[in-house]
Amino acid sequence: MEVKLACMVCSVKVRLKAGCSSVVRSAVGRLVQLVNRGRCTKVHRNFNLEKLRNGYLFTEIARRELQHLEKYPNAKVISLGIGDTTQPIPDNISMSMANYARALATAEGYRGYGAEQGNKELRKAIAETHYKDVLVKESEVFVSDGSQCDIARLLLVLGSNVTVAAQDPSFPAYIDSSVIVGQAGDLEDEVGKYCNIEYLECGPGNNFFPDLKGTSRTDIIFFCSPNNPTGHAATQNQLEQLVEFARNNGSIIIFDSAYAAYVTDGCPRSIYEIPGAREVAIEISSFSKFSGFTGVRLGWTVVPEELLFSSGFPVINDFNRIICTCFNGASNIAQAGGLACLSSEGLEAVHSVVDYYKENTKILIDTLASLGIKVYGGINAPYVWAHFPGRKSWDVFAEILEKTHITTVPGSGFGPGGEEYIRISGFGHRESILEASRRLEALF
Amino acid sequence: IARRKAAHMLKYPDAEVISLGIGDTTEPIPEVITSALAKRSYALSTQEGYSGYGAEQGEKPLRAAIASTFYKDLGIEEGDIFVSDGAKCDISRLQIVFGSNVTMAVQDPSYPAYVDSSVIMGQTGEFQKDAEKYGKIEYMRCTAENGFFPDLSTVARTDIIFFCSPNNPTGAAATREQLTRLVQFAKDNGSIIVYDSAYALYISDDNPRSIFEIPGAKEVAIETSSFSKYAGFTGVRLGWTVIPKELLFSDGFPVAKDFNRIVCTCFNGASNISQAGGLACLSPEGFKAVHEVIGFYKENTDIIVETFNSLGFKVYGGKNAPYVWVQFPGRSSWDVFSEILEKTHVVTTPGSGFGPGGEGFIRVSAFGHRGNVLEACKRFKHLYK
Repeated sequence: MEVKLACMVCSVKVRLKAGCSSVVRSAVGRLVQLVNRGRCTKVHRNFNLEKLRNGYLFTEIARRELQHLEKYPNAKVISLGIGDTTQPIPDNISMSMANYARALATAEGYRGYGAEQGNKELRKAIAETHYKDVLVKESEVFVSDGSQCDIARLLLVLGSNVTVAAQDPSFPAYIDSSVIVGQAGDLEDEVGKYCNIEYLECGPGNNFFPDLKGTSRTDIIFFCSPNNPTGHAATQNQLEQLVEFARNNGSIIIFDSAYAAYVTDGCPRSIYEIPGAREVAIEISSFSKFSGFTGVRLGWTVVPEELLFSSGFPVINDFNRIICTCFNGASNIAQAGGLACLSSEGLEAVHSVVDYYKENTKILIDTLASLGIKVYGGINAPYVWAHFPGRKSWDVFAEILEKTHITTVPGSGFGPGGEEYIRISGFGHRESILEASRRLEALF
Repeated sequence: IARRKAAHMLKYPDAEVISLGIGDTTEPIPEVITSALAKRSYALSTQEGYSGYGAEQGEKPLRAAIASTFYKDLGIEEGDIFVSDGAKCDISRLQIVFGSNVTMAVQDPSYPAYVDSSVIMGQTGEFQKDAEKYGKIEYMRCTAENGFFPDLSTVARTDIIFFCSPNNPTGAAATREQLTRLVQFAKDNGSIIVYDSAYALYISDDNPRSIFEIPGAKEVAIETSSFSKYAGFTGVRLGWTVIPKELLFSDGFPVAKDFNRIVCTCFNGASNISQAGGLACLSPEGFKAVHEVIGFYKENTDIIVETFNSLGFKVYGGKNAPYVWVQFPGRSSWDVFSEILEKTHVVTTPGSGFGPGGEGFIRVSAFGHRGNVLEACKRFKHLYK
């Protein structure tokens, strides 16, 4: 085993052989740091960032996939890990974007800065398409370049002095962003939890819905449904409990509905289907998994006018201020594409791509179930949550990658509640999904 | 300003209001670039051309093109470049990296996003109404008297120094000598310069286009820039930030690593279509076309400068930036703004909107159709003859 140390400035690299005493290693490490220190600024590193452990989950998955490819250059690696869409964007939508782009070369079609809140027509279309029966106003819809960015901006609005709850397991950006903004406190290494975050455990034992009676009050509650990674879509009844919990506690729910289009069994697609939600909930969503816009970058956030801080100040006013100061609007071309997605022709096309991924997911569920593996999710979301009792999820991840050349995501990457689970995503070309199924059958 | 403009238009529904206020580009994007944007859009509907999530730091060819176009021979590599959806967003992400416990300095006057984002992050004290300044921010006065470069001997140490050159709003471009002093100041104080070079291509003379032209800058500076004012990408959204590997926090930790973490967690990359457009901007044909559009705006600027000069005003900027900084000594800039709007139906920007150091000045931006710029100048001549 070798330990490599590198001086950031003069590119001197030091390689210490195995057997080198830890004292020597530590001394060399400090020496390298001292050399660096002569050229360092005097600006202290943000101690919040020091609390982040490792890299962002999906960056780590990508890294391991690359490593694997280097080891097996001829392997046909199938990626069912990062939830990245694979199917082309429907023609009429990409045509709209191309036409909009070409128009930018003309005097009549050229547009400069757009409203930071988004193009009016698009805001209206989002309100009318996704919130048809729940009375969300155009003025409450803020178009963005995607949920990951919206989460960070929302936390900027809320500041470092709020307490946060998140599902366990959950999409890592909620907790990571919370750490970055300074809300999370220190990491308790042994349990892998941040001490100021309330973890809402979701597992088969509680129907993937937290026991709210045993949950402490926090200012903010992140809730994703249909859920990434478990695939569970909360029922009307469960969401009513959540809204009541928030109302009683004076909390704000940040409801992530990015996978609403995948709901199959009648579960709510928006938090605003729950009466009273407008006074306690913000909803974020995205065109990424809906229209294959993972690279195009388009999403939105709904902040109802009735949502007020404890002083009575409308949250929407502060969100608008952040949008105007820290953002300059989503790309106008992407917004043109979004508008095309919401036309009747666009919706039809986009739904058939969603159906394609849903069929993929079904194939994966069937395969795993037939192998006797306990699987969850997959019905209302493009994710299958497979249980490997007694095993560490990174070990299962590594085994699957090594033996079948399939990338998945280890459940513990989503929080301690994900240990023993693997998330398998249903995005991919049909042939890849079928091939992956064959390989999994061979392995298990 | 938008509010006042709207109120004015209600009052004078038949007036032809000309906007030389917000620095918004008006000329179409050159076709060589829009066809690349269109091509990438179409490609997304094909099997071979479809791409999902891109690298959060940006597409490799674009990063490489930015490095070789703007930072050739300056020791800045592709890996030091982070593509973004624009400077305003980058500034906020940099502020998130720095956190709330840093102190910062800004030029006075300056682009409001530096101060506003600092307030949002919790780095500042209360707003002091009388001084029109936030507590804990070091305001570096830039005036006609000091050639719009602060007297660094009077500037207290701060962790971060925001510096924009060519400057919005004054139009001043710092000289090599001035930037050398700035870099030395940062070195002596162990500070980090955030250098905004969004208008670098507007420089007409020999002034540095990048902070990294100054030896030693890689250990003290971050540079941020944008395609907005070069390629008319104000709506398309594309920019970049350069963080050299040599830039380290006090404990030796590389700033680029923390920025990368923020970019991976709080961002998901600039739109792939916009990036395809950016790459086209940096092709030989695209870059030539970009320079033509910049040239057009520079001609606008010349017309505006000449107009105010001929009227006997003290005029600054305009040579290295698309902004003209006109002095109205002893007058409140909001009053002048109102007067110009009321009497000529031209929207400008009152200098005090950029900080107390902007009082007594009006910023006239040179983005506009030639006809509008000429008409506006005609009206100015009529008002101030």
